[in-house]
Amino acid sequence: MYAYDEIDRTLVNERVSEFRDQVKRRLSGELTEDEFKILRLQNGVYLQLHAYMFRVAIPYGTLATNQLRALAHVARKYDRGYGHFTTRQNIQFNWIKLAELPDALADLAKVGIHAMQTSGNNMRNVTSDQWAGVAPGEIEDPRIWSELIRQHTTLHPEFSFLPRKFKIAITASDHDRAAIKIHDIGLRLIKNEKGETGFGVLVGGGLGRTPFIAKTIKHFVHGRDILSYIEAILRVYNQYGRRDNIYKARIKILVHELGTEKFSREVEEEWQHIRNSLLQIDDEVIEDIRSRFTYPAYEKLPHMPDELRQAAADRDFEAWRKNSVAPHKVQGYSIVTISLKPTGGPPGDATAEQMDALADLADKYSFGEIRVGHEQNLALPHVAKRDLPALWKSLDKLGLATPNVNLITDIIACPGLDYCSLANARSIPIAQELTRRFANHELANLIGRLHINISGCINACGHHHVGHIGILGVEKNGEEVYQITIGGRADESAALGNLIGPGVKFDEVADVVEDIVEAYLALRERPEELFIETVKRLGVEPFKERVYATR
Amino acid sequence: MTSPLEQKKIKIAGPSVVTANRTWDGIVVYRTAAKGWSADLSEAAIVRNSDDAKALLAESVADDVGAIGPYIAPVQVGEDGKIEPGNLREQIRRTGVTIGQPVQV
Repeated sequence: MYAYDEIDRTLVNERVSEFRDQVKRRLSGELTEDEFKILRLQNGVYLQLHAYMFRVAIPYGTLATNQLRALAHVARKYDRGYGHFTTRQNIQFNWIKLAELPDALADLAKVGIHAMQTSGNNMRNVTSDQWAGVAPGEIEDPRIWSELIRQHTTLHPEFSFLPRKFKIAITASDHDRAAIKIHDIGLRLIKNEKGETGFGVLVGGGLGRTPFIAKTIKHFVHGRDILSYIEAILRVYNQYGRRDNIYKARIKILVHELGTEKFSREVEEEWQHIRNSLLQIDDEVIEDIRSRFTYPAYEKLPHMPDELRQAAADRDFEAWRKNSVAPHKVQGYSIVTISLKPTGGPPGDATAEQMDALADLADKYSFGEIRVGHEQNLALPHVAKRDLPALWKSLDKLGLATPNVNLITDIIACPGLDYCSLANARSIPIAQELTRRFANHELANLIGRLHINISGCINACGHHHVGHIGILGVEKNGEEVYQITIGGRADESAALGNLIGPGVKFDEVADVVEDIVEAYLALRERPEELFIETVKRLGVEPFKERVYATR
Repeated sequence: MTSPLEQKKIKIAGPSVVTANRTWDGIVVYRTAAKGWSADLSEAAIVRNSDDAKALLAESVADDVGAIGPYIAPVQVGEDGKIEPGNLREQIRRTGVTIGQPVQV
């Protein structure tokens, strides 16, 4: 966990006071909506179909139990008793009242949570690997650097009015769980030959109506120079980014239009002007941030405790353990992913009661810490293996032990037309139907790892371009129509999916996915060949034939 | 169901209303003939041509403290005068999400 200092607390509290005054002036008519809109957006307040939506940041996906309880409190007191975890380590409340927002923010500020820069054309929540600090083989904890960037960019005047929103993600593991290649800047933490920490820097990734995979523009930037290098990128973006056309305003378009080589030259030139400035980070600064992250006092525990050996006879427990429990860097401990994808449920939603109960379980079994992943699931990062059977029983009672992590029903979906003012089609009901179709865990296990991503419009909040199966809802002649892509992926081998053919109607989507899955099961060379590998080997055609032969 | 936020022109193909979200709490409201706002669609002012729609919209935009984000939305008016939303988006805004919510409201 990271402990905020007095500066952080003052900043957050001052922001609440400032926003309280702005809301008061808005409600009195002193501020028009045009004047107020940018202010509310900078505090994470959108207007959606039914109400205001309030987005709260969970920096690098790390939550303390008192913070999760505060989120539950906001859900219960100011909203309708639940929240929605997003693909960028935020949580959204869908029914908040503007008049009550300052009180909600004040309640969150008491535990160091805020909504600054969760919207608007500024630097958004810096995200990271939800397994940071505990993943075996990780080079070092990427959250140290996420926090450094968060501090530098929060309310930074130069980055508060960018051409468009700007998102950074950091990973420090070979396997990319932070989807860095679909971010404006993706940072891959590495060591050079001297053993010094630095970053491979990727720029220009993003989805939406013009999707791109990020390109590497620098293979190694020393850690001490990372702020100046990021600032150089942002200065080039600020100077050349398109402000005249919202659809061409993201940095991905600039990188594409200038070309990676020219863009990186521009950054390099700017960087040479500022790299030896105050932006160069002293080791003490990093060490100060590092010292504010506290790590559990792990016990020396056996690799295979008796409790785990005995519980292995329970088939349901074993199904969950094999699916949801991952190795930890410390012997005797595990990382537990908590699926927020129950059969028939909206992906990523958690009730206030679940949040409170999960906070209790985290206190009991995970040193008081919870993580939020971009797949819209949660994780307990420090669970002793001996405690796994007891934890599983408790999670099962809460409806939080669905053993479908990374399987076909672990669906990423945006809120879609049920909530979102930008959406053209519904996403959640499609996800719900698919979870019912593939509710049989033996079938889901037979299929193996398969990611479905659903977006309700071209803005792609459900990351459909990088789903193994991507589903995009559009509107055609007043009807919801869904375009299906296959072959996308969001990990270290990130790729955009390919369209398989004409769009299909709402009622046909689940049938089409079933056809695609049946084709895969028939076409794979061996049971271990994943869906994404079969698509890569064979291309779209055999799946297209299967889907459209009878349609 | 193109999002009204992406609408470039005002097209009136049939009876329409002006809808928005109430400023203080964000709930869905409709402009009434009495120059106010109501959460009840049956109280909405109906317009049937572009000029009337533009006038109703202009009046609604001017009432910035009452409601925000006003736009013209299609409706269907039955023979009995009953007003129904004209598309799925507006149906969802009127009756709520089409999915079960995690917590019963």
